[in-house]
Amino acid sequence: MLNTIDLAYWLPVIFAALMVISMFAYVILDGYDLGVGILLEFEKDTQEKDKMIASIGPFWDANETWLVLGVGLLLVAFPLAHGVILGALYLPVALMLLGLILRGVAFDFRVKAKAHHQAMWNTLFFAGSLLAAVSQGVMLGRYITGFAPGWGAWGFALLVGASLAAAYALLGAGWLMMKSTGPLQQRAVRWAQGSLWLAALATILVSIATPWISPRVFALWFSMPNIVLLAPVPIFTAALFAVIAYALPKLAARQQQGNDNFCWLPFAATVGIVVLAFFGLVYSIFPHLVIDQLTIWQAASSPEALLIMLFGAALVLPTIIGYTIYSYRVFWGKASELSYQ
Amino acid sequence: MLPDALLDPVILARIQFAANITFHILFPTISIAMGWVLLFFKLRFNSTGDAKWMEAYGFWVKIFALTFALGVVSGITMSFQFGTNWPGFMNTVGNIAGPLLAYEVLTAFFLEATFLGIMLFGQKKVSNRMHTLATVLVAGGTTLSAFWIIVLNSWMQTPTGFEMINGQAHVTSWFEVVFNPSMPYRLTHMLIASGLTVAFLIAGVSAYRWLKGQRIPSVLSALKTGVVLAAALIPLQIFVGDMHGLNTLKHQPAKIAAVEGIWHTEHGAPLMLFALPNEETRSNDYAIGIPKVASLILTHDINGEIKGLNEFAEHPPVAKVFWAFRIMAGVGMLMLLASWLAVWQIRRQGEPTPLVSKLLIAMTFSGWVATVAGWYVTEIGRQPWLVQGVLKTADAASHVPGGMILSTLIMYLALYVFLLISYISVVFYLAKKAGAAEQENQ
Repeated sequence: MLNTIDLAYWLPVIFAALMVISMFAYVILDGYDLGVGILLEFEKDTQEKDKMIASIGPFWDANETWLVLGVGLLLVAFPLAHGVILGALYLPVALMLLGLILRGVAFDFRVKAKAHHQAMWNTLFFAGSLLAAVSQGVMLGRYITGFAPGWGAWGFALLVGASLAAAYALLGAGWLMMKSTGPLQQRAVRWAQGSLWLAALATILVSIATPWISPRVFALWFSMPNIVLLAPVPIFTAALFAVIAYALPKLAARQQQGNDNFCWLPFAATVGIVVLAFFGLVYSIFPHLVIDQLTIWQAASSPEALLIMLFGAALVLPTIIGYTIYSYRVFWGKASELSYQ
Repeated sequence: MLPDALLDPVILARIQFAANITFHILFPTISIAMGWVLLFFKLRFNSTGDAKWMEAYGFWVKIFALTFALGVVSGITMSFQFGTNWPGFMNTVGNIAGPLLAYEVLTAFFLEATFLGIMLFGQKKVSNRMHTLATVLVAGGTTLSAFWIIVLNSWMQTPTGFEMINGQAHVTSWFEVVFNPSMPYRLTHMLIASGLTVAFLIAGVSAYRWLKGQRIPSVLSALKTGVVLAAALIPLQIFVGDMHGLNTLKHQPAKIAAVEGIWHTEHGAPLMLFALPNEETRSNDYAIGIPKVASLILTHDINGEIKGLNEFAEHPPVAKVFWAFRIMAGVGMLMLLASWLAVWQIRRQGEPTPLVSKLLIAMTFSGWVATVAGWYVTEIGRQPWLVQGVLKTADAASHVPGGMILSTLIMYLALYVFLLISYISVVFYLAKKAGAAEQENQ
């Protein structure tokens, strides 16, 4: 039987879950297109640059909407936490916005501007993507430490920033492997090899540093029986990294002979790594919104407000997922040159 | 060291929010109505089969995409700033603002963003019918977006349908929240403003192309669409604006007193053409007014009573509201003259003369000026309240140090100036380039 007390308990849980899901969708979807932006600087050929951009052209806008939904849910479902979190993250948020603005407009300006301005917009697209990725990582790093002061905590945040940029580059390279052919696909494999080691190193460092910096997380992970029950998380993560490391040279060899079977594997494995990272993160933090300070129930809006939003979300989210899949199907397969015709 | 006033977090947060909202509103103002104009081009093509309509679509869809991108990225900035700069807003009225914003993202934002991809790049990948449908969905999505945002803004101006419990607003009737007293007027006023902005943008850029020698049917048809739309919408806007004014007089009389520059309650108040409202002497310097006309317009009675600013314990800054209103109304009058003159001249001669072309080029961004000025009237006119009678602006501000807000403010301002210059130059560069492409084809 649902009464108001149950609703007051469950609605914040449901909204926290929805928020995690939309943040996850954001990290995967905008992650690959931010990654393509970061890799853009490593491609010297202008036409190949165009192809890279063409592969994300129809999607980047909708991808970014998941961030708006995720932050929007934080804003509307947990107004108290929204102010605390975003207030504490003032600077990295401003820098992320600067990055997102620059890349969003550079994407559109670069094809429309005068020829001699195109190089500038390409550089801004790269710089904006990198800035957005690093700032998001810094935000995550600051968040994990509960916004702890001091150089150590900020150093850790910067480390997470670099890790996230590497992870996005890996996603971007995986995306390009699926959406391209020829020399670009070859280079995408090489980029994936480069970013893979960076991402793996970063994952290890973050996994060590997080329990180091937060006693709560340490207690959660390194006590019996949790240490046994949670062991699959790092083990599977390591396995997925190994799968990618193994698959990339094979793919490079096959690709030389004009066969790119399993070109989706590195992307899919990276998605798997992100799933595990999300699980680890949510497990470490739930049911807090701000570690050791604020729980989801303390920060939630009134049950009436949550209920009316849940009603809308239940009705609309399946539709959104439906037409998102439709849009990916329309542009399925190798990316072709973007044209308004 | 900087003087303390420069580092006052509330003032800085307000300037920053004003800068962001001013920059942001420029782009939805264009994309809301341009979606429908593009649909018009597309439907004309579908029914006549005349290639010129598809050419017009092809040219304007590029500017639409650019505008849309700028609107999206500046809008994301705003959604973060609710939290970074105004935490008190969601803490107090989150139960009402939250669902409205959530409904905007869920019903409109995803729809526009997803189908924009198909609308822009999918013409060869989907059927013509599906492409038309994508255009409908994008246009509908932008308008739905505007609907939710205006609902929230109107509610902040004329809040109804809620009760305060422990300092937080709780909804008693969603119907009353959504259909609050000023919503229908504000929504109509904004949608027509968008239509006018787009009409003058299309007319101005097409006139530029025409004057530069691109005398092709698609340019002339777009130009005619622009001027006819402007000529039809401007009288409608004056009528709706008048009704909106009456509604504001009823619910926010202090705002109207500031708009009219009336300090003491008056019967038969004059319409001020020029004045420098002086908050120290609480009177107008160098006032020039037409006797009794303000009363006539606002009360539809030549000796009607209008409450003066002195009747209110708190009222908005007078000079800003007073002048913003005059700029809006003045640009509106110019719009009336320019569009009617252009329609009359083009009807007589079939094509615009160089003089009319130059007039239209000069008016290209007139819609922006009027919209921003109008937005200032309504937003500054609500001060010192953020939510009229419920929450003061100062009480919603965050405790972020002023220096941090100042440094990000400078960053945003530099970025916005750079982007605005880029936007305007690219619009005219595209216009020039389109001409070169046409000549190559011939």
